[in-house]
Amino acid sequence: MHPALLGLVTIVLGVGGCLAYFYFSNVVLDRFIFPAKGENAGRNINRANMVRPWLFLFPAIAALGLYLGYPVVETLRLSLTDRFAGGAFVGLDNYWQMFGEPKFREAMRNNMLWLIVVPAASTAFGLLAAQLTDRIAWGNIAKSLIFMPMAISFVGASVIFKLIYDARPAESAQIGVLNAVWMQFEGGFGSLLLLKILPAIIVLGFAGIVAYTGWIFIRPLVKGSRTGGALVVVGRVFVALVAAWLVWEAVTTIATVLTTELDYGEPQQWLTLTFYNNFFLMVVLIWIQTGFAMVILSAALRGIPEETIEAAIVDGASPFEIFFQIKVPQIMPTIVVVWTTITLVVLKVFDIVYAMTNGQWETQVLANYMFDKLFRANDWGVGSASAIIIMLLVSPILVWNVYTARKEMR
Amino acid sequence: MDNIAGHKPALTWAVHISVLILVLAWLFPTVGLFVSSFRTADQISSSGWWAALFPTEQNEVYRAADPDDNRVADGDVFVVSGNVFEEAGASEKTISVWGTSSREISAYEAGETADLGDGETLTLGEGGAYEWRGNDDQISGRGQRIFATVTAPPEFTLDNYENVLLSGNATDGMTKAFFNTLTVTIPATIIPIVIAAFAAYALAWMEFPGRALLIATVVALLVVPLQLALIPLLKLHLGIGIGKGYLGTWLAHTGFGLPLAIYLLRNYMVGLPRDLIENARVDGATEFQIFTRLILPLSFPALASFAIFQFLWTWNDLLVAKVFLIDATGETTVMTNQIVELLGTRGGNWEILATAAFVSIAVPLIVFFAMQRYLVRGLLAGSVK
Repeated sequence: MHPALLGLVTIVLGVGGCLAYFYFSNVVLDRFIFPAKGENAGRNINRANMVRPWLFLFPAIAALGLYLGYPVVETLRLSLTDRFAGGAFVGLDNYWQMFGEPKFREAMRNNMLWLIVVPAASTAFGLLAAQLTDRIAWGNIAKSLIFMPMAISFVGASVIFKLIYDARPAESAQIGVLNAVWMQFEGGFGSLLLLKILPAIIVLGFAGIVAYTGWIFIRPLVKGSRTGGALVVVGRVFVALVAAWLVWEAVTTIATVLTTELDYGEPQQWLTLTFYNNFFLMVVLIWIQTGFAMVILSAALRGIPEETIEAAIVDGASPFEIFFQIKVPQIMPTIVVVWTTITLVVLKVFDIVYAMTNGQWETQVLANYMFDKLFRANDWGVGSASAIIIMLLVSPILVWNVYTARKEMR
Repeated sequence: MDNIAGHKPALTWAVHISVLILVLAWLFPTVGLFVSSFRTADQISSSGWWAALFPTEQNEVYRAADPDDNRVADGDVFVVSGNVFEEAGASEKTISVWGTSSREISAYEAGETADLGDGETLTLGEGGAYEWRGNDDQISGRGQRIFATVTAPPEFTLDNYENVLLSGNATDGMTKAFFNTLTVTIPATIIPIVIAAFAAYALAWMEFPGRALLIATVVALLVVPLQLALIPLLKLHLGIGIGKGYLGTWLAHTGFGLPLAIYLLRNYMVGLPRDLIENARVDGATEFQIFTRLILPLSFPALASFAIFQFLWTWNDLLVAKVFLIDATGETTVMTNQIVELLGTRGGNWEILATAAFVSIAVPLIVFFAMQRYLVRGLLAGSVK
């Protein structure tokens, strides 16, 4: 049968089947099992109403259980077995084998980089775009254009950015924008300013923001004021330590940026430059996710009560003070939501890496590593183990989401 | 706010310019792909797409007409004249410099006469007209070669689209993949909506023990990575005989889309006025009637939001299709997979890649611009607050 016809039949059967199920199960319940007449009419109506929710829920629960619930358990089991030994139970062997692989450690390191850079950059750009477009006449058009990459597939975006990163031999015309710009630098003062000083200042600014955030977290402990429970103290110290580590990384990065000899006049294969190519891949996801962050944050900015801003203006606050000290603190919960949502996307990022480098040149990430193990090495044990690692990384967000959702419902 | 104290015109201008820069930066990559898809392979490889809007310079090789057929006697010399562009089939080009050997392709200006030795001469004008003079011996054999630097006006072509969509070429063609994608997408969008709507209604408006727990489970399942489901489900599909194919893909998309669908629809339905539903109950409507006659029509915005999400997600998906759909024969390939394969086999052929990618991007973009309002509403409702 022709697939399109099959699709049509499936729609009719699927939708019709669902509707028929819901209709007839209700009829059967009301007419035959617990008929609303005779001597037990009242009790029957109550009983029917107790059963009915489960009739409505049954297809959904069945599908969710089979397609999401069961796989979680089954993947956990598979990660403890060895496919090549006929599915024998091997304990944590798959995990140990995986931890020993350089490719896995590379994937973990890159994923951590992605987890820091992509949500931070997307949220920052989204916030910037939301704030800037908020009060100008053509703001909606601007928003719609920045939002547009959301509709583009990761694969399509990969093609778009591969064209940007394209490299041709030095003597012919460059057709990739990045190399065309790169060839304009020849090592003079302009190159020094744009490629050494400017990046160093940007990284320094990042380090400054991180250090300030860390200080905000650790300040109550240093000043010895009210600190809350032991868990809070541990949390604060942890955040401060992460911040300190990031600052250290930033400082070493600045040193590298200032001392590296750049290869002027030579077209670069951007995607094969180890370490930096990760950032060229991240740009794709940042490009896509900024629109998402902008839309949500823009709605949050509009929700800020006007009085607080008016009061700040009356008190003589500058536009920057208004933004950072009045607006940002008020939309902090939304920023957290945006951040975690993008974090989830990052953890599952597969298409971009698969289409652009397929994990070569040290760009491996977990999701692509897993795909590699499952469908190229055919190693279901290690593949499942890496899937479980992704699940573990997701689970803090899962717990937090359930916690906030329940709090909201009460 | 603009008329309140603290308003500075300079700042307003800075905002306008920053937004413009931001928008252009975000638009630039897509425009590059779009423009490239209308250029020929030669144009793409000779200049960047940003140059496509301006005239381009190319080095071309032409050959004068065959002397044996075209030469005419002029006294004791023979002359071959014509226009290089008429033979090449283009007319709006202009020649800046030219030469007669591949080592000196810019030896002469347009309009100059080249001395080829022993009285043999060649004149080439800016518009491509040439005149080749010499004695009987010189004007014979094959036509004289002419190397010219040509400035061509911007030129766009639909050939790439014709090649990718209509040629029926199995490796480059996107037609089959386009319809396969469509076949995957439509059932995978509609079926979860039906299932989720009923469940969402039960979770929003029916009282039963365990409701809170079920809602929490749905929220939890929202973030479960579908990577976890690949192997167990593939084994399941192979085990029960579905194998790799459309049915398994539809089921998988349905399962993966359900948590978001239930979550979105439930959040929306909870916000519907309680009186409405209770009045209907008092009037003797059954739950099924309330749902189909009252709730479904009222929930249209939420249904549309989810439909767009699911459509974009299934249309743009690569992983699920690779695992559950595409078998060794490659008959059921979808567009995303086709593009990835083109990246491997046709890595340098940007005219094919750009066109193929744009074909796959076009439909989501249309949906996006047509139904942006619902997408935004869904996003705002969908992120756990």
